[in-house]
Amino acid sequence: MQNNILGSLKEHENKLLATWSQLLIENGSTDGTTEEEESKEFTALLLNALQHSNGNSDSEEFEKVHDLLIGISSSRGRRGFSPRENAQYLITFKEAASKILSDIEPDAATLYHANLQLSTILDNMTILTFESYMRGREDVISRQIDEISEISTPVIRVWDGVVALPIIGTLDSSRTQVVMENLLQQIVDTGSSIAILDISGVPAVDSLVAQHLIKTVSATRLMGAECIISGIRPEIAQTVVHLGIDLTGIITKASLASALQTAFDMLQLTVVKRK
Amino acid sequence: MTTTNNKEELLIIKEQDVVPLRNRVKDYGVKLGMSILNQTKLITATSELVRNLLKYGGGGKVIIESVSNGRDNGVRVTFIDKGPGIKDIALAMQDGYSTGKSLGLGLPGTKRLVNEFDIQTELGSGTTVTIIKWKNG
Repeated sequence: MQNNILGSLKEHENKLLATWSQLLIENGSTDGTTEEEESKEFTALLLNALQHSNGNSDSEEFEKVHDLLIGISSSRGRRGFSPRENAQYLITFKEAASKILSDIEPDAATLYHANLQLSTILDNMTILTFESYMRGREDVISRQIDEISEISTPVIRVWDGVVALPIIGTLDSSRTQVVMENLLQQIVDTGSSIAILDISGVPAVDSLVAQHLIKTVSATRLMGAECIISGIRPEIAQTVVHLGIDLTGIITKASLASALQTAFDMLQLTVVKRK
Repeated sequence: MTTTNNKEELLIIKEQDVVPLRNRVKDYGVKLGMSILNQTKLITATSELVRNLLKYGGGGKVIIESVSNGRDNGVRVTFIDKGPGIKDIALAMQDGYSTGKSLGLGLPGTKRLVNEFDIQTELGSGTTVTIIKWKNG
């Protein structure tokens, strides 16, 4: 029976390990002792699973192998292996196992079936390593997205009663939500009566961005504070005019400095030079 | 007679694709030596149309081309979606008209930002918008 053949690989475990590590060295995808231990553990578990599961790859034994494999592939990922090398790791195992199989099984038809079965099992595992590699990467990306959205909307208290919020990058709907929430909360917390939204770092103001800005200004006014939009570059001004966006009801300034000056005027403050 | 010198196609399926597209379009403008103002107009127009593509067309593809008409060089951007199409083009091109809850400036505003603007739509099979911004236009 074919199952017995795959199971009987167990008896050749040491030979299989030797062949495999030989192949790994030839392919240059090895980094010494850590790997040797991993490989040993993996081989032992997999051969055990093959022996006991009758080729049913959903069995409990295989689950253990899969868990181990996910561990190995994420640890290899951290050690700097490329996904290609990770896949090569299992592919060389298949190669080594096929070699051993052809040594122990003389009958071509049986050998073919055994190989086919082995391929299916190991190919599934290769896919699994890719998936866990990708998941690792996606975790990193989503962590970075969180970090970026956290650091990208700092509300700065520039004067007593004046807060400023520099916006850098694109204002999309989710970003506007965060910006608005932060700004309104800061207005309450600091008791400010003037908020300055600086858009120097926004590359383009299209109608959606403008709409978001208008909404933010309206919300600020509802809180009883005045909102000044600063950092309107000449090209942005012309583009906004061509687009036909009406910002006439909003106080806009070219620079943060002139916005601050306006804020001082509104608070009836004067900055004077000491004699 | 307009000839294409360089061409590239991008798939737009989610909001995260907007920024890379805008950067690509900007690269094309920079390569031609477009002024900052024209670059900004071009990327703002692109931004408007790609948002429409996502919001109303359910995503689609965008072709960016570097084109020349003999006298001037420019960037042509084509937005193709397989969405529901636009029922009344004349109405959609009017300032302040929107079926969504936006300002209704996307299409008419974009037309004012670029040098050439063409819109083809068919109910049920999608919309194609083509814009050209000339370097000195």
